[in-house]
Amino acid sequence: MPQTSVAALQVENIHKTFSGLEVLRGISLEANSGDVLSIIGSSGSGKSTLLRCINLLEKPDQGRIIVAGEELKLKPARQGGLEPVDRRQLERLRTGLGMVFQSFNLWAHRTVLENLIEAPIHVQGKSRREAIEKAEALLAKVGLSDKRDVYPAFLSGGQQQRAAIARALCMDPAVMLFDEPTSALDPELVGEVLKVIRDLAEEGRTMLLVTHEMAFARDVSSHVVFLDKGDIAEQGPPQQIFDAPLTERARAFTSGFSR
Amino acid sequence: MRFDWIAKYWPLLIDGAIQTISLLVISVCVGFVLAIGLAFAQVSGGLLSRNLSRAYCTFLRGTPLLIQLWLLYYGVGSLLPLVPGLRQSFLWPILREGFFFAAVSFTLNFAAYQAVILRGALLSVPKGELEAGRAVGMSPFTLVRRIWLPRAIRIALPTIAGEVVLQLKSTPLAFTVTVMDLYAVAYKVRQDTLLVYEPLLVVTLFYVALTAVIARSFKFVEAQVPIRR
Ligand SMILES: Nc1ncnc2c1ncn2[C@@H]1O[C@H](COP(=O)(O)OP(=O)(O)O)[C@@H](O)[C@H]1O
Ligand SMILES: [Mg+2]
Repeated sequence: MPQTSVAALQVENIHKTFSGLEVLRGISLEANSGDVLSIIGSSGSGKSTLLRCINLLEKPDQGRIIVAGEELKLKPARQGGLEPVDRRQLERLRTGLGMVFQSFNLWAHRTVLENLIEAPIHVQGKSRREAIEKAEALLAKVGLSDKRDVYPAFLSGGQQQRAAIARALCMDPAVMLFDEPTSALDPELVGEVLKVIRDLAEEGRTMLLVTHEMAFARDVSSHVVFLDKGDIAEQGPPQQIFDAPLTERARAFTSGFSR
Repeated sequence: MRFDWIAKYWPLLIDGAIQTISLLVISVCVGFVLAIGLAFAQVSGGLLSRNLSRAYCTFLRGTPLLIQLWLLYYGVGSLLPLVPGLRQSFLWPILREGFFFAAVSFTLNFAAYQAVILRGALLSVPKGELEAGRAVGMSPFTLVRRIWLPRAIRIALPTIAGEVVLQLKSTPLAFTVTVMDLYAVAYKVRQDTLLVYEPLLVVTLFYVALTAVIARSFKFVEAQVPIRR
């Protein structure tokens, strides 16, 4: 298969309305393999909703989602919005979209290792041995080998988020979706999580990164999307968005973060 | 105080303890399984199943267990012989016994209380943890089996422990439908020996010991998943 010519993730014309409030007004994005696509914008501009529509944690009203060339088949739902035609297809495509949440969302009744091997065993059907081997390698990579058998409640926020990233990586996702991964962290813990994300970017992971860490976004992104009130107000290479934005809206937003 | 009767009655006491424990274990285990269905019917079922489950819980929690037991024993019990072929079936020796009616009645009652507790626990599992399960591609059934239900049971465990002890203390009602449980044995000893306190004291010790065992077991299970307070 000509994998290289197919976009890792393609999103077309996503619309989403919450009880009359139009949160997304036709968003289209494309991430090629190895792209780091940062999504910035003020609070309430629809960044989380966009990520959640991509893996259908939220039902979009309109739009197309194509993961590694495979389109997610959608049909109108009775309660409004779109729903998957085939639940199995959605579940399969979701395993290719590694989601990292602002609030970590580790399973509290499972140790760190158990969090990591849960989906490989019970969703992908891998053997326990294989899953553990992979999980241990990823724990070493995010620097949590010594926390293997600890429950999430006994970890710092930074450690929990690194574990959550490792949990997503266990599925070998084609694309990682980060929703403000450092926003819930104490300032002194932000660095350790950003370091893990930077390593992933450098080894060529495809990712969508919603963030308020402007210096970081500028550093690691191949492409920056500025979202404003549910629209893409401007997009382009980081130098353009941060140093010479073409639109007034982007200028107003990024100048608020000037170093 | 006289305890010499124990020498003669201890086999009966043991039998009584076995009856009591059986009633407890059957009603708690089967009732718990029913409660899982009832709770999910309320949390994620359609309008009809939600209302049916609610009505069931309200009715069984809102009426005295003794009356439920008697309705079953004298009501349903008197209808059973009319079912064609049932008297000849191999099940009849069981269906004829008071024990069967006590077990069914305690089970249905326990299920109602347990369902309400589980419902609350299911709703208190953080939404984000369920979303994390969906996001890694779990099917609805896998999500329930691996995340939602086990997580809810952990949350409800201390409350469940209390309910099981309460259930133990309801078992003497079985005496009213001819079951020879611990309490019934104490009653018989009192009748036979005309001793007022001693038999009651002895069975009280049994109940206390059982309660201690229940509490210990739940503590042990809870300790398997440490929670930071
Ligand atoms: N489940 C929901 N129900 C109703 N409104 C919502 C819901 N989720 C988000 N919104 C609204 O949609 C808008 C965009 O939210 P969100 O995507 O979370 O923004 P961001 O992540 O950029 O801060 C906000 O006005 C928010 O209040
Ligand atoms: Mg957000």
